[in-house]
Amino acid sequence: MSRNAIHGWLLLLPALAFLALFTHWPVIGTIWDSFHATPKGGRPAPWVGLENYQVMLGDEVFWKSLRNNLWYAVGTIPVSIALAMLMAVWVNSKMAGRTWLRMAFFTPTVLPMIAVANIWLFFYTPQYGLLDQVLGHFGAGGRNWLGNPETALACVIVVAIWKEAGFFMIFYLAALQAIPPSLAEAAAVEGASRRYYFRRVVFPLLMPTTLFVLVNAIINSVRLVDHIFVMTRGGPNNATSLLLFHVYNVGFTYWDTGYAAALTLVLLAVLALVAIGQFVFLDKKVHYQ
Amino acid sequence: MRGQTPIQAEGRRVVRNGSRHWGLSPVLETAAAWLLGFLWILPLLYAVWTAFHPGEFSTRFELGAPLTLENFRRAWDAAPFARYFVNSFALVTMVLGAQLVLCTLAAYAFARYEFPGKDVAFVLVLLQLMIMPDVLIVENYRTMARLGVLDSIPAMALPYVASAFGIFLLRQTFKTVPRELDEAARVEGAGSLRVLWEVYVPLARPVYLAYGLVSVSYHWNNFLWPLIVTNSVSSRPVTVGLQVFSSGDQGIDWSIITAATLMSCGPLLLAFLLFQRQFVQSFMRAGIR
Repeated sequence: MSRNAIHGWLLLLPALAFLALFTHWPVIGTIWDSFHATPKGGRPAPWVGLENYQVMLGDEVFWKSLRNNLWYAVGTIPVSIALAMLMAVWVNSKMAGRTWLRMAFFTPTVLPMIAVANIWLFFYTPQYGLLDQVLGHFGAGGRNWLGNPETALACVIVVAIWKEAGFFMIFYLAALQAIPPSLAEAAAVEGASRRYYFRRVVFPLLMPTTLFVLVNAIINSVRLVDHIFVMTRGGPNNATSLLLFHVYNVGFTYWDTGYAAALTLVLLAVLALVAIGQFVFLDKKVHYQ
Repeated sequence: MRGQTPIQAEGRRVVRNGSRHWGLSPVLETAAAWLLGFLWILPLLYAVWTAFHPGEFSTRFELGAPLTLENFRRAWDAAPFARYFVNSFALVTMVLGAQLVLCTLAAYAFARYEFPGKDVAFVLVLLQLMIMPDVLIVENYRTMARLGVLDSIPAMALPYVASAFGIFLLRQTFKTVPRELDEAARVEGAGSLRVLWEVYVPLARPVYLAYGLVSVSYHWNNFLWPLIVTNSVSSRPVTVGLQVFSSGDQGIDWSIITAATLMSCGPLLLAFLLFQRQFVQSFMRAGIR
């Protein structure tokens, strides 16, 4: 190996060592442990083959969490992306008060999810909460939004949208500012409507950003569970249990780490699918230039 | 530009039809934007109201309600928040410090060195963009237990110190540094590390600032992993401390809980309000890939 190559590897070594220890090794460990029982009393865990996966097939909370997580993704991703795009267009325009608007939209991004979940919990509280107070004026008060299995997941989705939209807005804002002003001028000279200019010029140019944001949004729909801990603890009747929350419960409330590893593998499979999807889509034309 | 022909054609058509806007008047559009902005900031305003007024006004909105700092004092006395803040501060400092060193070295290798296995190494790094430590909680907990560092600041920090995002961001930046600068420094007899330190690092300063802000807000706000690996006051960060506090024996004294919530957001929120422009630009810079 040349001197140059040795230098290159030496520079890389510290970062790769940490990545290997806390990313690559755990992935392999997850697969390995998912075929073993949970170790008890210092003895090595016995091989149990597919038993953890059989347990999973019969685990109703798992299926419920999977369904919930799907709805969580379906409810969060399109709305937060659409809102983010709208916010960015507004903040990027010459609208009065746009600095204030940018601050209002972006603030949730810098706040801890666990802290704002407290505020939202208060917001949803029956009788005292702001939501119920406002609805009470219209004679629609007295509902326990988080205590009802039918509305709890929607409440949690609203919080996730609120937290994420402003964050995604930033990426759109960056993309909008990269669009040469000459395009807008040309469109204006030609008398194109703003709607038309957006649909035929801006929207296609935003496609790479949308793809990027979409990937981030999907990852977040797997990852973002902090508010569940404060607002519902997965309840009522597992109506707001998400996959990662279930992994936490199995692994760190019941300490069944073998089964938790099998559940983690489902998460990793979802993320792998996203990665493959991104790879396939990146090859296709996402915007014309 | 090919794209202009259809714009021109359609533009004329639009002028003939006489519609120049979204279909909404500008006034209505501004009003809609402000309404959304108000809704976005409302939970925070609500928390500020509750935290700065006596308990009896926490759900009653009267202009003449007296202001008080009593809720903050009581929250501060009820839990070791000072210690939590110190822990959080130590955590973000340790993570950011290690990230800056590790990511700089690795990014330099990827940007300016040729060595066998470079592409494979890069893919192994990028893997962490998809599979973040957040989902590998079960295996990483085992690793921490084996290392004997549970319930400590390093336990919270270690999985995050090699950041694929940081490596990627800095690599992109280092690639834009003109080779001539690099070569000129080498001609003057500077070694690789001195070239890195004296040429690359100063030129990447805005990117370091951007990455630093993103990293600090991420780790100040991080919850799930710290919740799992800490179990005592001596290592708990503010997010976990807040969760323990608000789910503890406070009952539902919302005034105190919102005061504690605002305290835990305080440093970041204050920094954000003071350096709003830098924050937004940093997140934008970090998002452009």
